[in-house]
Amino acid sequence: MTWILDEQRRMLRDSAQDFLSGRAPVAHLRQLRDSADAQGYAPELWRAFGEQGYSATLVPGSHGGLGLGVAEAGLIAEQIGHTLAPTPFFSTAVLAAWLLKTAGSPAQQAHWLPKIAAAETILALAVDERARHRVDAFATTAVHSGNGWKIDGAKLLVIDGHVAEAIIVAARCDGGVALLLVPTATPGLSIERTVMVDAHKAARVTLKDVQVDAAALIGSPETGATLLDQVLDVGRVVAACELQGLADEVFERTVTYLKERKQFDRIIGEFQALRHRAAELFCDLELSRALTRQALQAIDEGSPKAPLLAAQAKARACLSANRAVQEGVQMHGGIGMTDELDIGLFMKRARVLQELFGDAAAMMERAAQLCGY
Amino acid sequence: MSAATATPTDSLETFRRDTRAWLEANCPPEMRQPPRTEADICWGGQRFKFQSEAQRLWLQRMGERGWTVPTWPREYGGGGLSHREAAILREEMAALRCRAPLQSFGIWMLGPALLKYGSEEQKRHYLPQITRGEIRWCQGYSEPNAGSDLASLATRAEVRDEGFVINGQKVWTSYADEADWIFCLVRTDTAKKHTGISFLLIDMASPGVSTRPIRLISGKSPFCETFFNNVKVPRTNIVGELNGGWTIAKYLLTHEREMIGAIGERSAPLPVSKVALDKLCKDAAGRLDDAMLRAEIARFEIDEAAFRAWMKLVGEQARGGEAHPAVSSGLKYYGSELNKRRWELMMAIGGADALEWEGARSQEGAAARTWLRTKANSIEGGTSEVQLNVLAKRLLELPGA
Repeated sequence: MTWILDEQRRMLRDSAQDFLSGRAPVAHLRQLRDSADAQGYAPELWRAFGEQGYSATLVPGSHGGLGLGVAEAGLIAEQIGHTLAPTPFFSTAVLAAWLLKTAGSPAQQAHWLPKIAAAETILALAVDERARHRVDAFATTAVHSGNGWKIDGAKLLVIDGHVAEAIIVAARCDGGVALLLVPTATPGLSIERTVMVDAHKAARVTLKDVQVDAAALIGSPETGATLLDQVLDVGRVVAACELQGLADEVFERTVTYLKERKQFDRIIGEFQALRHRAAELFCDLELSRALTRQALQAIDEGSPKAPLLAAQAKARACLSANRAVQEGVQMHGGIGMTDELDIGLFMKRARVLQELFGDAAAMMERAAQLCGY
Repeated sequence: MSAATATPTDSLETFRRDTRAWLEANCPPEMRQPPRTEADICWGGQRFKFQSEAQRLWLQRMGERGWTVPTWPREYGGGGLSHREAAILREEMAALRCRAPLQSFGIWMLGPALLKYGSEEQKRHYLPQITRGEIRWCQGYSEPNAGSDLASLATRAEVRDEGFVINGQKVWTSYADEADWIFCLVRTDTAKKHTGISFLLIDMASPGVSTRPIRLISGKSPFCETFFNNVKVPRTNIVGELNGGWTIAKYLLTHEREMIGAIGERSAPLPVSKVALDKLCKDAAGRLDDAMLRAEIARFEIDEAAFRAWMKLVGEQARGGEAHPAVSSGLKYYGSELNKRRWELMMAIGGADALEWEGARSQEGAAARTWLRTKANSIEGGTSEVQLNVLAKRLLELPGA
């Protein structure tokens, strides 16, 4: 596989670009925010994701999907980054679809994968418990009970947890880590919707004596920790793609502004103080783009380097996107601080995507450990 | 499978097999280990002293096949290989750890200029000498008052009936004291700036040419000052049009930037973190116990991995016809800044050991000298500031300047 896009991927990217800019431009997010929409996403847009086949990207053909790879999911995420469209794509079509197609039982796959492909359900992954992402620090427990498991604990930053049909909960158990599919109607499960800084919604989930049967387990306790690591790596790289698209969009808008805005009787893009910073930012965006492409390839090939590359790519994407949004606001000046301009929305979304499954510092720590120092 | 039905893949596989067999038979064992010192690098030229018979033989054999410059046309002494064949040759040489038989500014700089702008006669005369390593070239661009603003160069070439007469001074001419010829930018019209410059080839043995080595903050260096005092040059030694030298210079600067931009890649024998693990203490969990330095190393290695990926991506984009020409300025800028960061970290990791300037323990101050030498990375071949200007203007198309 090469890192430049082949014809098929180019078509997918163009299709996602046309679709999202037509159906869900930044104004779509604004409208949901300003109407204080309780769900925080538009069900008709999600259904259209199903019609377009985007929600079917990772689902195997045998379950009504397209059987494509994480590289293709990343292309769609990149375009989502351009328009900030709030959809359950990441939680459901990426994280849940990847987990279920990789380790789901035949019954789980038969039940959930066709529904994911058709965008007829929403599933959420609940991992983090601390304010800062630390995958080795979750305390939620699952103990054998009756025919299945009893779960206790509390989760936060559960993306789409507030609208999910079921939540995949990561819990410590005898012999490893259990990933348990818990329907949101299960007694003992309580969900607090959290309105986030980026006008997307998430949830804090509390589990108290939550009872599920044995069939709720995805994979096994022995493979749970590895599986969790893997799905987080998939999430990190796809989040890196969304950050890349977001950063590219902010950069394009900012460079356009530098070519229009006049002060001191000159186009501000003539000032070297701004030109050099814009050129450095260009380099940053190419660095993260290249590393993300490499990480996507490694994940789809099941390369042993995938964990390191995923950490490096997420770290680098966080750094690039963060710089892009800082410069985006600064170079727009006063108007960059206003809610009327979109730049601030990109800054807010970038902050959330950075924290999600580990920011630059967390990913550099992980990369250092994976390299043995 | 018969030859008639052979596919391109088959013929490439045949080429690979034949190449491997030839290299095994013809590359002397002494040439199958990485160069240890500068003296192990073969620069060729009339005054070059071969370090060993093996070095001489290796250059001769590779030169005869044109494999010192595999992709140049056969009629000019090159190997006439396609890019895919050249890639196979590189891979097979790497597999057998064969040294490069020849390095030279003729291969990197003058050759590409002659191939694009030289007359047929010049190509037939000069290119085979380069591929066989017979003539060693140096580059005369910068002057004391023409650095980043190279087009303000003042070395004067008066045009007379019998040829040119050169007066002036060049600086930063690498290996001028060991070179046989110099390719040189000279002023042939003082009334114009960019369009008053010509590209000349000058024999360093001409009366009136002299050189003086330059000592750097890192110590001895290959750089020289080169002086021209009423030096006579035949008319036929001009490449391209009279006053048309700037076009050639710009073309070559792009080449040079790509080469220097790759420094971050090529001079990375060992990850910085591996050096640190060898030199520094670890905590109970095996982590470097110097937390702040560890964090800086981690940040560096992310950027280094990204830079390697970027080089690869640009390579693919270039082959796919998608690369913007000015992107080489980005690679040059980032690669040279990255190499400077690497050596700041190497000095921090090395501590007092890296501060020694003389003696066998420090290999005569190798770390400190390398650290200091890297400071030139972001100056030579166009400063970082110039590269950012190029990106802003050509690639981002920002107005003005």
